[in-house]
Amino acid sequence: MSLASIPQNSHLGRTLSVLRDVTSRPSGAVGLSLVLFHLILAVISPYIAPFDYRTMNAAMMLTGPDGVHWLGTDHLGRDVFSRTIQGGREAILVTGIATPIAVAWGGLVGIFFGLIGGRVDEVMMRFVDAFLSLPWILKMLVLIVTFGTGIEVLIPTLAFFYGIPVIRIARAATHDVVARDFVAAARARGQSRMTIMRKELLPNVLDALMVEGAMRWSWMLLAFSSLSFLGFGVSPPTPDWGLMIADARGFMSFAPWGVLGPVIALSTLIIGINLTADALAKALGIDRAQKAPV
Amino acid sequence: MTDTPVIQLSDLSIGFTGRAGHTLPVLRNIDLTVRPGESIGLVGESGSGKSTVALAAMGYLKRGLRVLGGTARFEGHDMFALKRRELETLRGGQLALIPQNSGQSLTPTLRIGAQLTEALRLHSRLDPAQFPDRVLELLGQVRLPDPQTITRRYPHELSGGQQQRVAIAMALAGEPRALLLDEPTTGLDVTTQAHILELLRDLARETGMAMVYVSHDLGAIARVCDRVVVMYAGEVVMEGSARQVLTAPTHPYARGLLASIPKLSDPHLPMALGGRPPAPGGAGDGCAFVDRCALASDLCRATRPMLAPGPGGAPVRCHHADRADTLPMSSQGDHAARAEAGTAPVLSLQDLEIRYSRPGLLDRLRGREDTRPATVDDITISIAKGETLGLVGESGSGKSTILKTIAGLLPPAGGEIRFDGDAPLPRSVEQRGPDHLRRIQLIFQNPDDSLNPRHTIAEILEQPLKLYFGLSGTALQDRCVEILERVRLGGHYLDRLPSQLSGGEKQRVAVARAFAANPDLVLCDEVTSALDVSVQAAVLELLNDLKAAQGTTYVFVSHDLAVVRALSDRVAVLYQGRLCEIGPSAEVYALPSHPYTEVLLGAVLEPDPDTAPKLTADDVIELSPPAKGCPFQRRCPRKIGARCDTDTPPWQTRDDGHAIRCHIPLDDLHRQQQADS
Repeated sequence: MSLASIPQNSHLGRTLSVLRDVTSRPSGAVGLSLVLFHLILAVISPYIAPFDYRTMNAAMMLTGPDGVHWLGTDHLGRDVFSRTIQGGREAILVTGIATPIAVAWGGLVGIFFGLIGGRVDEVMMRFVDAFLSLPWILKMLVLIVTFGTGIEVLIPTLAFFYGIPVIRIARAATHDVVARDFVAAARARGQSRMTIMRKELLPNVLDALMVEGAMRWSWMLLAFSSLSFLGFGVSPPTPDWGLMIADARGFMSFAPWGVLGPVIALSTLIIGINLTADALAKALGIDRAQKAPV
Repeated sequence: MTDTPVIQLSDLSIGFTGRAGHTLPVLRNIDLTVRPGESIGLVGESGSGKSTVALAAMGYLKRGLRVLGGTARFEGHDMFALKRRELETLRGGQLALIPQNSGQSLTPTLRIGAQLTEALRLHSRLDPAQFPDRVLELLGQVRLPDPQTITRRYPHELSGGQQQRVAIAMALAGEPRALLLDEPTTGLDVTTQAHILELLRDLARETGMAMVYVSHDLGAIARVCDRVVVMYAGEVVMEGSARQVLTAPTHPYARGLLASIPKLSDPHLPMALGGRPPAPGGAGDGCAFVDRCALASDLCRATRPMLAPGPGGAPVRCHHADRADTLPMSSQGDHAARAEAGTAPVLSLQDLEIRYSRPGLLDRLRGREDTRPATVDDITISIAKGETLGLVGESGSGKSTILKTIAGLLPPAGGEIRFDGDAPLPRSVEQRGPDHLRRIQLIFQNPDDSLNPRHTIAEILEQPLKLYFGLSGTALQDRCVEILERVRLGGHYLDRLPSQLSGGEKQRVAVARAFAANPDLVLCDEVTSALDVSVQAAVLELLNDLKAAQGTTYVFVSHDLAVVRALSDRVAVLYQGRLCEIGPSAEVYALPSHPYTEVLLGAVLEPDPDTAPKLTADDVIELSPPAKGCPFQRRCPRKIGARCDTDTPPWQTRDDGHAIRCHIPLDDLHRQQQADS
């Protein structure tokens, strides 16, 4: 190893090399492009949409794709293409805020339980297990029915429910680390529990949390779209993929284009996130089957 | 016995493709011939390619490696040209491998009998009806007592030494022509290691197998091997009879390696071999050892020496082999810094008792005391300021446990710890004040585990400085550099991560972190046992220099009696968590000794083909101490009768402070031991 090959800042160096590793894998390159495409589209779509998503046209109901309406029109005569490219804005915004919150609180609680261990940890984990055994949609509908369906309810609800499985992951990752001597060294020095969590444990658990966060994001997107599909998410006329699928479902046999646009948009985003998470896990060495040679 | 080689590697080179696309060699032009009945030792530092050579002889390459040239033949078969099927029949059958830590290579859910039967089914031509008898025969052959019982055991019910014996029995199942041993005794206790090596010697003689013995331990090599091959940076640098390589090596590296081994007979610190081997592909055109060699000349930098007969006839890869005998070979390092006599104790342990077990819930509800013997009991030691106390004993003797308790990581069940004449120290680290925390520091065995892999060296050193001294900004930065320089690493290490450092450098950082606190007492837990011998010598030297400069007191725990001797003023010997003997190190290493110390000292292997270990007690590992009497009663070769089983032996103290805990009067003990030696 020559001196020149050692980057000035080792942390930055590691981040860059992980990023390089992710983009050099086919799954990472494809996945990351898909995610970036959707993120950029969500930002610029209002400015490039050919039609207003609210404009109805009674004369143009359920027309097929043509040169003007690229993906045809829906049952109210609205342009499906314009609605599709803007249909992810709400979903990405809500889940994009809720995911970091979920990972942060779930991660901290998991690291804490992993550090203290013992009986408290065991008992708390049984609560987590019990909670996870209930179907998510049931739990979520209860909250939404009680508090309403606005963003201000959806974000905390999703962040709360999706943080709970993160506890499990963070705790398991912490258990691997907590038995190591550097944690004992920190204890012997007299570091506070908070410092041990923040300085010794968190940096070692972060890899697992990042991969977990990416996976949670894709599941959260599905959950958000499912809620919209059921009518508990975004309210019309705001375009949303789940809502659009629900609306166009009835006409699927003779006007399939109404479903096709949002379905492709939603699935490409979710596949993109999953591929990225996969490549990230391999780059970080979390996937144990794929260890680097030598 | 024919003279056709069993294993023959010819001009074998193995390498991998690096990140930049270059081919980087791991082995370069290896020639190795092993004849029937011969045992060959492969020695070298970690990374020298010795295990790769052994695995290549089996036709096996680690992931990512490929053959760059040459051949590996076993009994005429070209191992890298054979089909998978053919390899499978050879491997494990005629060519067997015994790995390091074979406890992990036994299947945990199968009984020993079933595992041996499977080995026979795959590799033996015997009639299956004979398998049960053959299993017993094999277990007898590896000297396991009561083979019948062993067949019904699961691997976890056996000790490390017994597991290693079972692994050897499995290897013998196919009646191999050659046995490859990859550090087979590393990680075992000294007494167990000595017994396993004697077994291997006997087996080689009985069966006429060829053996390739890979080890970094020249003592083990000296005991088992006829011929020794010294490897450095993927090359053979010297080859010759064990006697020649170990007593009159003609390669500077081999001499340096020998000088860096601490020896029981020698109270000096071993000499460090500076520098580190080149990375694969980094050797350049010249000699790979040139950067660390005292004899290096321009010729060495320009051309790579060939393996050619040197003085004494043994092949050596050195331009200046004729001058190698000018280099020192035995340790001529310093005497360890000694404590001044008559200073006040800085640490005293009084009747320390430590338990890992807790009484069960029912017993606690009924208010019952735990009747099981404590893991560590009855430890009373005081350590003077500036003194180094060595704690020795086999694994499970409680030596690391005592360090953890002093550090407050494991609260004792009874007794007290006094530090610097103060009131007793609070039992756990959470109750101790910042001053006590700062003044007692702990260094761990393995720096890979004790340094956070996500922290840069700067962040590692900043933690104690911020915590104890509240430093920040440039003062903090300057202090980090200063501390790094004190452990002979420069400020340019600050931004590196531990993974970018070698093993020895990492341990220096761990030492630096402990000394950053300006401690009065440093607890060293097997600090050199994860390191190569050459690196070990450097770390010992560093610890000694720091002590000389700062008057630090050390408690130095190690299973290696020679290392302890080199560094310690006083030595305490522990067995099953009880003290057996304590005294000035010169006295403890001389007669009379506690019978356990005698067993330990007898089992130590010296890198000298003429010394044989004295094996007096068996190598059974005891899992818990006896409830009463002498802790060593079950293994003691000098046991005098029922008194040893029932009465706790008394301390017999001599004028020089040397104390032995034994029922045998010291004069009698001395006489018996002199008669035996």
